[in-house]
Amino acid sequence: MLLKIEKRAEYSRVMVYLTPIIALALTVLSSVILFELLGVNPVEALFQFFVAPLDTKYEFSELFVKATPLMLCAIGLSVGFRANVWNIGAEGQLTMGAIVGSSLFIYFPETESVFLLPAMIIMGAIGGAAWAGIPAFLKTRFNANEILTSLMLVYVAILFLSVLVHGPWRDPQGFNFPESQTFSDSADMPILLSGTRLHFGTLLAFLAVLGAWMMMARTLIGFQVKVIGEAPRAGGYAGFSQKKIVWFTLLFGGALAGVAGLSEVSGPIDQVLPSISPGYGFTAIIVAFLGRLHPVGIFFASLLMALTYLGGETAQINLGLPVAVTGVFQGMVLFFLLASDVLVHYRFRLNTARKVAP
Amino acid sequence: MSDSGGGTPQLELRGITKAYPGCLANDHINLKIMPGEIHALLGENGAGKSTLVKIIYGVLEADEGEIRWVGDLVSISNPHAARKIGIGMVFQHFSLFEAMTVAENIALGMSGRQDMKALENRIIEVSNSYGLPLEPHRQVHTLSVGEKQRIEIVRCLLQNPKLLIMDEPTSVLTPQEAEKMFETLRRLSSEGVSILYISHKLDEIKALCHKATILRGGQYISECDPTKETAKSLAEMMIGTDLRAPEHHQAVKGGAVRLKVRNLTIDSDVEFGVNLANINFEVRTGEILGIAGVAGNGQIELLSALSGETRSSDVEAIMLDGKSIARLNPKERRDLGLAFVPEDRLGHGSVPEMTLAENAFLSGYSRMDLMNSGFIDNGGTAHYAEDIVKKFDVRTPGISHTANSLSGGNLQKFIVGREVLQNPNVIIVAHPTWGVDAGAAAFIHQTLIDLAEAGAAVLVVSQDLDELFAISNRIAVISEGRLSVGRELREITIEEIGLLMGGTHGMGEPVETPHVA
Amino acid sequence: MSGFEWIVPVVLTVITAATPLVFAGIGELITEKSGVLNLGVEGMMLVGAVSGFIAATVTGNYFLAVGAAALAGAIMAFLFGVLTLSLMANQVATGLALTLFGVGLSALMGQEFVGEPVQALAKLDIAGLSDIPFIGPIVFGQDALVYLSFFMVIVVSWFLYKTKGGLILRAVGDSHDAAHSIGYPVIAIRYMAVMFGGAMSGIGGAYLSLAYTPMWAENMTAGRGWIALALIVFATWKPGLVLVGAYMFGGITILQLHAQAAGLNVPSQVLSMLPYLATVLVLVLISKDQSRIRKHAPACIGKIFHPAA
Repeated sequence: MLLKIEKRAEYSRVMVYLTPIIALALTVLSSVILFELLGVNPVEALFQFFVAPLDTKYEFSELFVKATPLMLCAIGLSVGFRANVWNIGAEGQLTMGAIVGSSLFIYFPETESVFLLPAMIIMGAIGGAAWAGIPAFLKTRFNANEILTSLMLVYVAILFLSVLVHGPWRDPQGFNFPESQTFSDSADMPILLSGTRLHFGTLLAFLAVLGAWMMMARTLIGFQVKVIGEAPRAGGYAGFSQKKIVWFTLLFGGALAGVAGLSEVSGPIDQVLPSISPGYGFTAIIVAFLGRLHPVGIFFASLLMALTYLGGETAQINLGLPVAVTGVFQGMVLFFLLASDVLVHYRFRLNTARKVAP
Repeated sequence: MSDSGGGTPQLELRGITKAYPGCLANDHINLKIMPGEIHALLGENGAGKSTLVKIIYGVLEADEGEIRWVGDLVSISNPHAARKIGIGMVFQHFSLFEAMTVAENIALGMSGRQDMKALENRIIEVSNSYGLPLEPHRQVHTLSVGEKQRIEIVRCLLQNPKLLIMDEPTSVLTPQEAEKMFETLRRLSSEGVSILYISHKLDEIKALCHKATILRGGQYISECDPTKETAKSLAEMMIGTDLRAPEHHQAVKGGAVRLKVRNLTIDSDVEFGVNLANINFEVRTGEILGIAGVAGNGQIELLSALSGETRSSDVEAIMLDGKSIARLNPKERRDLGLAFVPEDRLGHGSVPEMTLAENAFLSGYSRMDLMNSGFIDNGGTAHYAEDIVKKFDVRTPGISHTANSLSGGNLQKFIVGREVLQNPNVIIVAHPTWGVDAGAAAFIHQTLIDLAEAGAAVLVVSQDLDELFAISNRIAVISEGRLSVGRELREITIEEIGLLMGGTHGMGEPVETPHVA
Repeated sequence: MSGFEWIVPVVLTVITAATPLVFAGIGELITEKSGVLNLGVEGMMLVGAVSGFIAATVTGNYFLAVGAAALAGAIMAFLFGVLTLSLMANQVATGLALTLFGVGLSALMGQEFVGEPVQALAKLDIAGLSDIPFIGPIVFGQDALVYLSFFMVIVVSWFLYKTKGGLILRAVGDSHDAAHSIGYPVIAIRYMAVMFGGAMSGIGGAYLSLAYTPMWAENMTAGRGWIALALIVFATWKPGLVLVGAYMFGGITILQLHAQAAGLNVPSQVLSMLPYLATVLVLVLISKDQSRIRKHAPACIGKIFHPAA
């Protein structure tokens, strides 16, 4: 081998910040090739993807609207990932949060109380947490792998949502469409900026970023999460309980995903539909990694991923590019990030082995 | 140089050099082994012995230098090539597959296809003829450490090696088992097989080897005839300076019992683990109790029962200063004054990728009071970490560097320091100087002795009998999950300990020492 | 005889539902036996499904179609290998990335083909025996991939337990350090195992788009890749049990369809939940006995190997 990979004595702090940028650069480079293959001018396509969607104030606000559920879900997931708890069912927890949260409005549609929305948010968090609590219980009690159980529950949650909107929750005045009645004002997320869809949920997402940052940097539970993730035996040695961390991270992640789901249905969607998320819960996995599992990183990563959603729509309208490009793009970012991560712990060296000639 | 023997060496190394980032593991090493010679490669931890033999066996590639095999220049690019020309190797950390049978393991260590039936017969034949009996169908994880080593040796012997490399073979054996292995090696030598014998145990090198090459800090120091050297002169060549043995201390007579373990019985939760059966002992203030034993005889289980990582349902099983701690978790035990230095420094005693400050916080946050109204007290933590670094001579550029950036000896000093500064009443130390350089080892031994003299009770679990004899007041032996009665140092010989390690139980009846209230 | 004629169609549909799981499961089994956990099965299946479908529509040749699916799956697995084996990326994260990427890539590749019909993979009539009542259509009247799936289970069992190659593969999964120190090329062996896994997943995916429901739809695997992963835990890493498990899950999937047809008064979505709930249940039942899992799971699974150490 001409190149050899050598372990660094200590991980490179520079690379921790540099690799997401390297990954992005590589992704842009690869998408140039992809656009060529699709027969589109790459410069034009990149413009449509990354610049055009931010043209106006409204479009700029849409960036935050799309970023909100990603941010909430990714913050929750990242705390779990740091503890090596692989909750990949945020999509299901988001769905359950939306269901449980909006049930308050569905069953008490006449309520005009100012407490309705806060109660819905809390119920949303509880719904998501409860749904995430199932894998937590199965893992701590039966050692069942949380990756598989949390994912299976995504399908179950989405099917359950479908049962509701096709059945008991269907709007009687809705011409038999599978959707609930639209939310009343007291069940709606307040709009922060008139003329846009920017809503209160975005503030909740910012709050989650700050709270998680504080928690991970300065509290004992954050420290425990990090220790259990990096060296579980050292955690046991210090007296930290692995089971407690499994419960904590899953409930935390589920609650935030639940809030994300509720803020979607009582925000931009304004009613319960059979499909309430274009896969935010899965894209949040990419966001979490791209943000280096750090709350501040996640803040920026979720904006970027939100941009790819908007860019995908713009490019579809203006260039006729398939929407699926967004998915490929998101997948590539994560791939390149994981690949360039090697630079954090290893360095490449030219192989300089010489042999003395006989 | 002692070239007087004449003839062509079986193996000759010239100028072997291998560099790792930030460290020159082998710096122009020369070595010559004649046919039938038992040649010691002597050096302390980190001297470059393992790197050198891995180069000979083709696991690593040298950056520079040449290898001659019976006079011919050879390039050994991988272990298959090494085996092909007749080099066999017995690894210190065995290259065995636990979930497979003895025969499968041996087949894997041989190149090409084997007929399993024929192989099984040969295993039985060869292993019996060399006094290393093996059952081909046994699963490896059911075997003792000594038996596992036999697999490695037999695996080499089946390929009729001209050179056998043995990396620290006796570190896992009882003295009696080691003596038996020496007989096998002497017989191989008389049959013309060269043996490269890696060790840092001077007595066995004097007893077994014809020649010795000494390495220190990656450099070739000298070649000598060990039978003509004294243990002291060998040690000086190996370490470079002459070392002061720790001053032996006398246990305070009639000190209060601090740690008392009664009828501790726990089923292992580790895969292929050992169950603890009816363990009894006590450690008094001012005393160092050593627990000897071959690895894998229940040490891991005993240590985790004492630290609280596994818990006993029997409330009376473990008492600290008269209080039951059997059901407490490690943090609660630590709050009551129990400190603990685990065997694995990286990943158990510390979090490898976390900074020294964070690693100080890891076990010290409660007893050192490093929380401030619900938040981590970063200032206090840094102060505590700096204190450890200063008082325990930890060589590091700073406390913001990660644990895995430290050398083994420095990290061990850091962990011991972290526990000692918590002012424990009882400290439990597992393999305190395993893989640690001589300087750090002496420092750690002295620290433990000082701590005992200051009134703590110290429990040391180690495989290294020299170490236990150097610092303990009493020694007990663990074997197959049972613990022998602790005996005063002057009442017990190495031979007796060896027998106990081999499972001749002088155990059973629990000790009832009169209580001194 | 009357009253039992429903058995044949039920068994036939069970077979078609189980076959993709057999392929994906047996492939991932080899991957895991080498000590690598590839969570990207779903993504590899999807890319295999769309590639096979495209090749079938464009060429009309089903040999080529299955070959294309296998190749596509293997290329995806190769990507996974580059990341986890050469660049030492975390296997769990990379597996998730592979699935997310595969979802996007397959949607992009297949967007022109959504809703296009394709001829279903032909059923064979071995030795003209498929007319025998009951047994005929079940034993002698399947498509070639069904027979291939059984053949693969046998080949994999034989390879793992009767050949030196299999012994080496298991050894690498049991202890990569030991395997390395006695001279086996751990990384190269794992690349082969991972790519075999990818090829099998690709074929499993193609079975969905060419035989199970001969069409392409986004995300048409609907979690089968994940179920295949659960299957391996269920089978405690034994090839024969992967087959049993796949047919069990196939049975549950079909039960659901037939229950709907039988007019059971339950929302169809509730029945659709069954395979997912069954997966969770099976995982719980199997994982409860942790010592059994540990005994059979390859000891190195998911661990990163860096030889220079």
